Amino acid sequence: MAQTPRTRRTRPEASERRFRSRRRVWSYLVLVGLAVFFLFPLVFMFVASLKPDSQILSDLGGWRAFLPVGEVGLDNYSAVFDRVPVGQFLFNSLLVTVLIVVLGLVVNSMAGFALSRLRWRGRGLVLSVVIATLIVPFETYAVPLVYWVAHLPTLLVQDGTVVYDIGWLNSYEVQIIPFVANAFSIFLFSQYFSTIPTSLDEAARIDGASWFTIYRKIVVPLSGPAFATVAILTFLPAWNQYLWPTMVVQDEKLRPVMVGMQYFFQDNPAWGEIMAYTSMITLPVLVVFLAFQRAFVSSVAASGVKG
Amino acid sequence: MRNPLAIVAAASLLGTVALTGCAKAKHDGTSSGGGPTQITMWTHSAGNPGELAVYKKIIGDFNASQKKYQVVQQNFPQGSYNDAITAAAAARNLPCLLDMDGPIMPNWAWAGYLRPLDLPTSLTDSLLPTAVGRYKGKVYSAGYWDAALSIFARKSVLDKAGIRIPTVDKPWTLDEFDAAVGKLKGSGYKTPLDLGAADKGEWWPYAYSPMLQSSGGDLIDRGAMKSADGALNGPDSVKFFSWFQKAFKNGWANSDGPIGNQRFIDDKVALSYTGVWNAKDALDKVGSDLLILPPVDFGKGPKIGGGSWQWGISSGCGDEQAEGARAYLKFSFQDKYLTAFADSQVVIPATDGAAAASKYFGANGSLRQFAVLSRKFALARPATPGYPLISTTFEKAAKDIMNGADVTSTLDTAVKAIDTDIKSNNGYGN
Repeated sequence: MAQTPRTRRTRPEASERRFRSRRRVWSYLVLVGLAVFFLFPLVFMFVASLKPDSQILSDLGGWRAFLPVGEVGLDNYSAVFDRVPVGQFLFNSLLVTVLIVVLGLVVNSMAGFALSRLRWRGRGLVLSVVIATLIVPFETYAVPLVYWVAHLPTLLVQDGTVVYDIGWLNSYEVQIIPFVANAFSIFLFSQYFSTIPTSLDEAARIDGASWFTIYRKIVVPLSGPAFATVAILTFLPAWNQYLWPTMVVQDEKLRPVMVGMQYFFQDNPAWGEIMAYTSMITLPVLVVFLAFQRAFVSSVAASGVKG
Repeated sequence: MRNPLAIVAAASLLGTVALTGCAKAKHDGTSSGGGPTQITMWTHSAGNPGELAVYKKIIGDFNASQKKYQVVQQNFPQGSYNDAITAAAAARNLPCLLDMDGPIMPNWAWAGYLRPLDLPTSLTDSLLPTAVGRYKGKVYSAGYWDAALSIFARKSVLDKAGIRIPTVDKPWTLDEFDAAVGKLKGSGYKTPLDLGAADKGEWWPYAYSPMLQSSGGDLIDRGAMKSADGALNGPDSVKFFSWFQKAFKNGWANSDGPIGNQRFIDDKVALSYTGVWNAKDALDKVGSDLLILPPVDFGKGPKIGGGSWQWGISSGCGDEQAEGARAYLKFSFQDKYLTAFADSQVVIPATDGAAAASKYFGANGSLRQFAVLSRKFALARPATPGYPLISTTFEKAAKDIMNGADVTSTLDTAVKAIDTDIKSNNGYGN
């Protein structure tokens, strides 16, 4: 009882500070270790892209695989451009992916809004059906979908006149439209929107706002992290599309980057060129993730969704 | 016009007018000006500039040689080619001309993707037997070339180890081969033999089923093509696969990779079981010390796989277009094009004339031995629509055995899978 309150607090605080400081150092060490561990594949990819095939294979057994040593150069990059129209493929993937993401954000957020904010009969059933579609793998209905899109009407220009035709194959739209509406995105939006207080809607309705105005001016501005999460979760599979474009795109001018990967797997895989090509097509994904990562992490933490 | 309803109504009206006012696109393969009939051609050659250059030359020459037809080429990467064909067949959007790996032809013919080639027999008879795909007595495919496997070795290494150099007339027997590999392992090669086991897919039946056939077994009973029982799991097959397992267990071979012939080039293995496509590189690196040896005689004579990429005409091709496709094929099978293709890709030309003119496969060509091996030992894989499943089943069984699985029960399981598939497809019409 003789100790003053000041003395009683000071010693534990100092100890607590030291403990926190030590814990922070250890945390950073572990995190740096993990960061290095997860960076290894990317470092290997980039370093290997600078080496000839024979050296990539001979360096595989040790640390040289991660170091730009030996015969390094940009020959693999120039060989990639000789083998694959990489600029065209990158443009196609960017166009298709951006449109899938942007249209998807609009369509799926509207659907999520309707399912979470509007009161209408059958809402629960529709949401259940939407969620149920998540368990059906794409591969199971890919072939029927090919048949279906091959028989959809379309407009095109032939010999200077607009004509209608049957079939969406070999087009940008066949790579975009089937992937705009996405059950998982709808579910995620509807879950996130339901966390926004409905009193805001009610106040806006009293002020004469339409549902579209509420969606556009209240719900959307308050849902940045959800939009960022959906953007990233939509971007990755859209960028990585392989099976679908393989099935529906025959014209090389319309192919995306992932189909281009197969160009390098001839009788003997050209590993240096594969690594150079992979480095080039990984860059946009890294840029998007770095641009959205803060919002992405915040939304994942808030919604408990794991990508 | 700020009212959204008005915008939607206007757009709908415009769309309706556009649709009703538009003509339907033409799909008869001709241009509106009555130009040449277009023949669409798909290849698996995307990413292979050498092969594409030869096709460009042939197509350019053909299109310039007449005005009735125009061949239009589209190229796919090999890894996704079969998926593209299957999807196109589902969408009824097959091209007129398409190439295909030889052993899959019966499946595609059975599935209705292909129509008989109907090329003159004088043309098909002039080709290597394994470059012509026959199903139910009709020719459905024909190729410019074939590939062949052999055993690559260095003469200096074999001489130093006191190993007899085998010839086409007197290849190694299995006992001789075992002794040779044992000697090479003893001479310092940790893994003396590269069998190419790091590879996957069609390589497995292409590379190893000829060894099985050389032992007296096979993938299926080729007489009726209705069962693998007795062929894939008979005593000869068990004997071969026991040897195959022993080769890995004894450390004579492994599945470490890399795919290709790099380990032989680097002298990390003494013997490499690989294909003609790796021969030029090996010749450049190893020089006159390189030996291209015949395959091992496992008891019933040496065998190598035959039948590679060949051309077919699809069932989606109308009669007029099919006529054009045939005209193109006849034109393209000129010796000069076959030679150009063979020398560009380092593969064996399908005709004697083309081989004679080839810098690699002519009488004094440095890779002439492959043409000899192909003529003498090549055996096509079974011409049955069930082959795709046979191929994957064989690969799985062989890999399991390589990794130590019981030989007899693994082969029995493989036979059961193959026979069940054949039964569930009503014998594939056989």
